[in-house]
Amino acid sequence: MNSSLITLEISVIGLGLVLLLADFFVPAERRRFIGYAAIVALGLLLAASLSGNGSCGQFGTAFGGMFVNDPLSLFFKQLFIVAAILVLFMAAEFSDKLAAGSVAEYYSLILFALAGMLFASSANDFTMLFVSIELITITFYVLVSFQRNKIASLEAGVKYLILGALSSSFMVFGIALIWGTTGKLNFTELAAVASQFADSRIFLLGVMLVLVGLGFKIAAFPFQIWAPDVYQGAPTPTTAFLAIGSKAAGFVLLLRVLFTAVPSVTHTWANLLIIISAITILYGNLCAIPQRNLKRLLGYSSIAHAGYLLLGVAALTASGQAALLYYLAGYVFTVMAAFFVITLVLRQTATEDISGLAGLNQRSPLLAATLTIAMVSLAGIPPLAGFFGKFLLLKAIIEQAPAHPGYYCLAFMALVGVVISLYYYFGVIRAIYWSKDAVDTAPIELSSPAKLSIWACIAGIFWLGLFPNTVLNLANQAAAVFGK
Amino acid sequence: MSILTYIAGWPLLAALALVVVPRNYRVIIRAIAVLATLISAVLAVKMFCGYNCATPDADGYRFVQQIPWVESLGISYHVGVDGINVGLILMGAIVAFAAALCAFEIQTREKEFYILLLVMAGGILGAFASLDLFFFYFLHELALVPTFIMIGVWGRGEKKNYATFQITLYLSIGALIALIGLIALYLQSGANTFDIPKIIQHVRAENHPLAANVQNFIFPLLLFGFGILVSLWPFHSWAPLGYGVAPSPTAMLHAGVLKKFGLYGLIRIALPLLPQAAQSWAHVLAWLCVGNILYVGWVAMRQKDLNLLIGNSSVAHMGFIFLGIASLNLIGVTGAVLIMVAHGFLAALTFALSGYIYKQTSTLQISELGGLCRKLPFIGTALLMAAMAGCGLPGFANFVGEATVFFGAWKIFPTITVIALWGALVIGGIYMTRAIRNILHGPLPEKWNFLADANLWRKLPYALLLVSLLVFGFWPKLLTEKINHDAEIVLSSYKLQVASLPTPDAKPKAASIGNQQLAIENK
Repeated sequence: MNSSLITLEISVIGLGLVLLLADFFVPAERRRFIGYAAIVALGLLLAASLSGNGSCGQFGTAFGGMFVNDPLSLFFKQLFIVAAILVLFMAAEFSDKLAAGSVAEYYSLILFALAGMLFASSANDFTMLFVSIELITITFYVLVSFQRNKIASLEAGVKYLILGALSSSFMVFGIALIWGTTGKLNFTELAAVASQFADSRIFLLGVMLVLVGLGFKIAAFPFQIWAPDVYQGAPTPTTAFLAIGSKAAGFVLLLRVLFTAVPSVTHTWANLLIIISAITILYGNLCAIPQRNLKRLLGYSSIAHAGYLLLGVAALTASGQAALLYYLAGYVFTVMAAFFVITLVLRQTATEDISGLAGLNQRSPLLAATLTIAMVSLAGIPPLAGFFGKFLLLKAIIEQAPAHPGYYCLAFMALVGVVISLYYYFGVIRAIYWSKDAVDTAPIELSSPAKLSIWACIAGIFWLGLFPNTVLNLANQAAAVFGK
Repeated sequence: MSILTYIAGWPLLAALALVVVPRNYRVIIRAIAVLATLISAVLAVKMFCGYNCATPDADGYRFVQQIPWVESLGISYHVGVDGINVGLILMGAIVAFAAALCAFEIQTREKEFYILLLVMAGGILGAFASLDLFFFYFLHELALVPTFIMIGVWGRGEKKNYATFQITLYLSIGALIALIGLIALYLQSGANTFDIPKIIQHVRAENHPLAANVQNFIFPLLLFGFGILVSLWPFHSWAPLGYGVAPSPTAMLHAGVLKKFGLYGLIRIALPLLPQAAQSWAHVLAWLCVGNILYVGWVAMRQKDLNLLIGNSSVAHMGFIFLGIASLNLIGVTGAVLIMVAHGFLAALTFALSGYIYKQTSTLQISELGGLCRKLPFIGTALLMAAMAGCGLPGFANFVGEATVFFGAWKIFPTITVIALWGALVIGGIYMTRAIRNILHGPLPEKWNFLADANLWRKLPYALLLVSLLVFGFWPKLLTEKINHDAEIVLSSYKLQVASLPTPDAKPKAASIGNQQLAIENK
């Protein structure tokens, strides 16, 4: 057994436990600074993984093939750590809205969720898949309802709990059916025998039910119904982590299941994936149009983005998967930037309405510019990350089109979605710069860690838009995992 | 570094610099914008004059620069000029400078306006210079989005929101349809590169052009995608209204320069790569031109607002360019490129003048204006000249282009050419002269007694554009001899078809006005 491969996960869990302990020793008013210690520690782990010395840089399998470290898991682990670092920054800014002194607990829950995501990116077995997804989801039940004195937060928590539990039970049922028909839980072993069961309806139902569970994680149609409510009610850092971490974890598992475990089945499901992707894009974008609540709007926009990401899955090719990974990388910085601004701006105001952005241009030019850049990137306009990601996804889809004309329809649906989304993204920009009735004109003070993380997000968005080489190569390597 | 990088780079750099300039330094903001566009215009003139001396590379492009960007996809930053885009870049840079000068009419949030204007100018100049499919699209999109914001924020009139909505919807859809076409072209060509010369070389040299069904699929995507961007009838309705409400610098840059992107894309990409599809679609395009020239011409006749009239007439002018492209022969395409350059100057000039009148009078309703020539002798005269150029008076560059297009199209579409000629001379003549009579001549209403003509400094952009129109009108050889050579390369796939035409091939070596006379005699 090669347990040194999971050092990274162990360190993150250890770090979470240390934070919980630190809670006892640090006075309540200083507890938000515990987060900065966690950020430094995560930064060291990220640096180790980038330099290739960390455990996730060594490729191999552990626990009898349940756990695999490969370029794909490396890509996602780096992505998750970056996301967690940004969420911790955000949580530190958000701490005054949480119950006094409970912020250390909040930090450690973020780290536990991160550990779940790290495990998810290495999962190569249905048991591992289920355990890691439960680790993420159960932590998120608490994270979503963390503002215990706020009724909306509790409501969101209950909704997430009920629907999450439901989808988990679907998934377990599916896993049981798969195991019952094939006798395999390991993805690699399953791949070897899956083609024999391609006609078995029970097996196919099992795979389908697993997809239902994952569809819930990524908020794809028709399992998207929780997303807007939960996004709106949850504390903003949780929403941000939900939008990125949880979604990306869903996607890495989806990729593993579809392309490692049951590739023979997946390749017959092109139509299903095309339809789900198209409806998700349209649903998310159309529903986002009338939204006035910023977090709810981003909830719908995240559904739409799940649809765009599904384009990469539906393409069923390595370039599609690479495009998906690239898009996710850009999405991390973009969504983090957007939620960071929401955290900082709407901290004082009770409302999360778009009108709360009025006069932001005068109150803090940096925040106004950041939110604008984030919206422009989400809309997919050059020269930002979102444009290049969408370009890659479209290219992957059109590549497949000569063989299957359905892909042209999908490409056009994606375009329609992009055009619709211009409307509401520009609505946000309009509210920042050109709304007449600015109620509050007090300048917003930014702490230096907040400034640092905002600049990091902006740099990330431009970097992925203007210098795509490095990340694209990583994404290509990661996607090559499925070709083997 | 190629001079082209500087031409497109200075406005973009200046836009970046403006971000850090405090908003109350209005003079400095304006100075930076004007200076950056001036530098880029001067460089463009220098590039244009040095064009003949520069040595072309293996593919026939000059001032080439290539930097790999994403190797795995074959995307590189690749700029260069040949006869087809050299005039467009010159025109774009001059119009950008004139637009920056005319932006004095903007009084609110100048900083954002100038940033967007510079992004627009730099983006579109880069798109014209780009020889890489990806950057070609990327830079145009970069230039296009500021247009929407500028119309939405600084637009005028009650219909502002509706117009913004419409133009955003139309142009985004057009651009995205073209994007699908471009990606499909990249994938189908099999060259595995976004480099335009390499794709053309690949498709031609190895003697495996794209299969006919593939061509017939991609060509309409490009034709209608680009067509929407150029206001091809019946996808034109965004244009008059959009230009009607746009602040005049935006209308100048968009109608003058950005709109030519779609046409340029057709000539640069669709014609050389998809010859069979182009031939089978040519007559469709030719009949759609009639929509532009005749239908929109009639609409223009009934306009009561000067800006809507100019907007409609600019849509009508696009018809001549499409006709030139549809004729698929050397004379027609040369003429199309000529009109693209000429119309760029003309559209910018007319929108700049209407902007000046609007600034003074706060209305462009033709019925409320009248006798303005007495109070505004310079502006009035310039408007008169622009209107005459618009209905094709010899001496202005438009005449040369339109005449050349008609010579090219006559061989292939005689009926349509007759209709188009009628549209150009009669309908164009009617609405232009009528507008001139109602706005500039007749009694001056008392309320306009306070009007003041442009001072020396303000005259500069109008004079600059007028001079450009006249220079290319009297000396079209400057452009035609450059265009001719490369239009021939673009059309080299069509040689067989052209040769098989019944009419003798009247190919002017350098199509100046005199040579066109020769072309007639040949017939």
